[in-house]
Amino acid sequence: MAATPRIIVVGGGLAGLAAVIKIAEAGGQVDLFSIVPVKRSHSVCAQGGINAAKNLKGEGDTTWQHFDDTVYGGDFLANQPPVKDMCDAAPAIIDVLDRMGVTFNRTPEGLLDFRRFGGTLYHRTAFAGATTGQQLLYALDEQVRRHESEGKVQKYESWEFLSAVLDNKGGCRGICAIDLRSMEVRTFPADAVIMATGGIGAIFGKSTNSVVCTGSAQSALYQQGAYYANGEFIQVHPTSIPGEDKLRLMSESARGEGGRVWVPKTLGDKRDPRSIPESERWYFLEEWYPKYGNLVPRDVATRAIHKVVYEHNLGIDGQPMVYLDLTHIDRATLDRKLEGILEIYEKFVGDDPRDTPMKIFPGMHYTMGGLWVDYKQATNIPGIFAAGECEYGYHGANRLGANSLVSCIWGGFVSGPEAVKYARNKKETSVDGCFDAERKRQEEINGRLVSSTGSENPFRIWRELGELMTKNVTVIRYNKGLQNTDAKLVELLERYGNINLSDKTLWANTSFVFTRQLYNMLQLARVITQGAALRNESRGAHYKPEFPERDDQNFLKTTKAYFAADADEPRFEFEPVDTSLIKPRPRRYDMAK
Amino acid sequence: MADKTIIIKIKRQKSPNDKAYWDEFELPWKRGMNVISAMMDIAANPVTRDGKTTTPIAYDSNCLEEVCGSCAMLINGRARMACSALVEKLDQPVRIEPLSKFPVIRDLSVDRSVLFENLKRLKAWVPVDGTYDLGSGPRVFPQQQEEAYPLSRCISCCCCMEVCPQFNDNTNFVGAATIAQVKLFNLHPSGKVFKEDRLHALMGDGGIQECGYAQNCVEVCPKDIPLTTAIADVGGQVMKQAIKDLFTR
Repeated sequence: MAATPRIIVVGGGLAGLAAVIKIAEAGGQVDLFSIVPVKRSHSVCAQGGINAAKNLKGEGDTTWQHFDDTVYGGDFLANQPPVKDMCDAAPAIIDVLDRMGVTFNRTPEGLLDFRRFGGTLYHRTAFAGATTGQQLLYALDEQVRRHESEGKVQKYESWEFLSAVLDNKGGCRGICAIDLRSMEVRTFPADAVIMATGGIGAIFGKSTNSVVCTGSAQSALYQQGAYYANGEFIQVHPTSIPGEDKLRLMSESARGEGGRVWVPKTLGDKRDPRSIPESERWYFLEEWYPKYGNLVPRDVATRAIHKVVYEHNLGIDGQPMVYLDLTHIDRATLDRKLEGILEIYEKFVGDDPRDTPMKIFPGMHYTMGGLWVDYKQATNIPGIFAAGECEYGYHGANRLGANSLVSCIWGGFVSGPEAVKYARNKKETSVDGCFDAERKRQEEINGRLVSSTGSENPFRIWRELGELMTKNVTVIRYNKGLQNTDAKLVELLERYGNINLSDKTLWANTSFVFTRQLYNMLQLARVITQGAALRNESRGAHYKPEFPERDDQNFLKTTKAYFAADADEPRFEFEPVDTSLIKPRPRRYDMAK
Repeated sequence: MADKTIIIKIKRQKSPNDKAYWDEFELPWKRGMNVISAMMDIAANPVTRDGKTTTPIAYDSNCLEEVCGSCAMLINGRARMACSALVEKLDQPVRIEPLSKFPVIRDLSVDRSVLFENLKRLKAWVPVDGTYDLGSGPRVFPQQQEEAYPLSRCISCCCCMEVCPQFNDNTNFVGAATIAQVKLFNLHPSGKVFKEDRLHALMGDGGIQECGYAQNCVEVCPKDIPLTTAIADVGGQVMKQAIKDLFTR
């Protein structure tokens, strides 16, 4: 083994950068791959904050409470030991970020301020205005830049991961990637690889995710033999702003700071919302969930909004929208704590949410599922680790707000040192031409695409994919709809074979790259859809009216999908969940736990 | 108004060495459409107004919420983010061009790595001892946080550099964004340790003295960062440092 382990990190969001820093500190050398300059990664979109039971509000909060809230919020589907480790580590993670200069909001005494978030009764969420993800990402980006200037990190920005390079024993020897400018395909050797490639929002067409969040890398690895776990658990955020190009997130912190969700009690009430008296407004979350009120977990709030809009027919103006109201809170407080998100609403909708209630609706937001990993963040492919949203480990059937940032950083902090350890213990074996073989395989795929002469426009196939998945595989799922969806996905894959690239040039060809991602999206969409079809129960974000109860007897299990290459489709296994620390109990938010 | 359309003219370039040309598109109008969704519509049907089949537009984008800083371009002559450019608020035909002071990669996509290089040169980070548990950070009072936070919201879009008359090959001026980051890190209780290094780096070629006080930067910044105040403050720090250098070197 070489004295200096060489580790590839794919993805420059919070998880990837956290891993990079740990590797550099441990004396490793990092090659960091990212589609966009790492400072522009999707982590910047996280708004509300980061959870850690620092107990600075005299409420008696503990890391055990954080652990219990997370497991309970996730409807007991997460393996418990790693969740406990994360919650125990969270307070020190906040301290590290604080030392790096994150501009967290402060109390008058100069201490960290905390706000409330969904699924807990404690003030446990540290925040930097309403742009916490941006602030955390920048802090890590700055540290990585420092390691870069010291020669410990080599960035490959504007490069995209295509596949892992596997030797004949199935172990990972590096990656194959494409330069998004020259379109050159190249292989890169490494002693270990960490995947930190984020979310999969593009599979649902419009979501709160960034453009790069296609899940393409995870899907490519799944097609190379990695297990993909709990894919059916998709978080639909209750409050997003519908848009032509995407759904923009309206942070849970709006409710954490006192925002109230309501609709007019009368169908078709056309009055200006401000002129509707209190007695004629229906604060349905507060009525249905008196203990948690507007701060029920996201799956619960999302279903409630759906019910009000589609069963009670009380959407604003008959449209699928409800009010999220901040107008009772004074402007100075709003500006100090929420300015970033109010500005987004103002810019993209044109109304000032300090004066008029916002109109919001649920939107696809996050995948709880992802690459299967063990407690050391290792996938089942030797030498490949995963961290952040692209893996499934921490959130069970539903993620609590402000737990994603902490799980990203924690996942990076674990996977970095574990990858270094793996690299140091690895025995040298021959590579058997696997680099050349993988590069050729990728070049052949590219060659076929560029010479394709079909008639299908990839962007139109993508729109159909998004509409299909959003309609049938988000908030409410029926087995018939899921089966039809999978059949349609097969059709879309067939049509993909008849694709026509409207751009066949070999310089900075974004539609070419997108078309490659699209194939992987279609394959992963089948994992999500079939996983949902198999799970005949309701748990967390997965809700089937035909099976409205949680069924621990049959489904307190992790779904593990693997790719059957010969049949070109997913196969499934189920693995028991480690509930050794907290006994599963019914999950209810109409009363205290 | 089902048949309402919009007209968009886009300045394109196939590669860094090719000549620029214009393509014109006519698209169905949709409520709430922005420049990004217009380009998505073009990708789904890449046909110009005169019926010629063309390639989808190459452009940088990611978050579409004006926090990642990717999609800066010139829209009707103004440097701004394409995601927050709502079509109904733009004069037609909408003219879209790449930023003019950065090398074009293709179409509207440009290379802005110069900013990241500047940040490296100016040590824009807090040199922590390590990421292990060393207890909490220094106390920061709300007033200090409120001064630092707006500066830390810079999205590296480079609009301030695009509109600065001094940001060009003759001056090598670093531009407002970098100077604001120097202020941010010089404010921080432990970031201060590199204060002198940063100020020295801002003294030489392309340093802060190149600022011509045009104030275009602060006008155009999509995040309303107090850039001119930052330049004035850091200018003062550089001046003090220069005087100190006179007596200590």
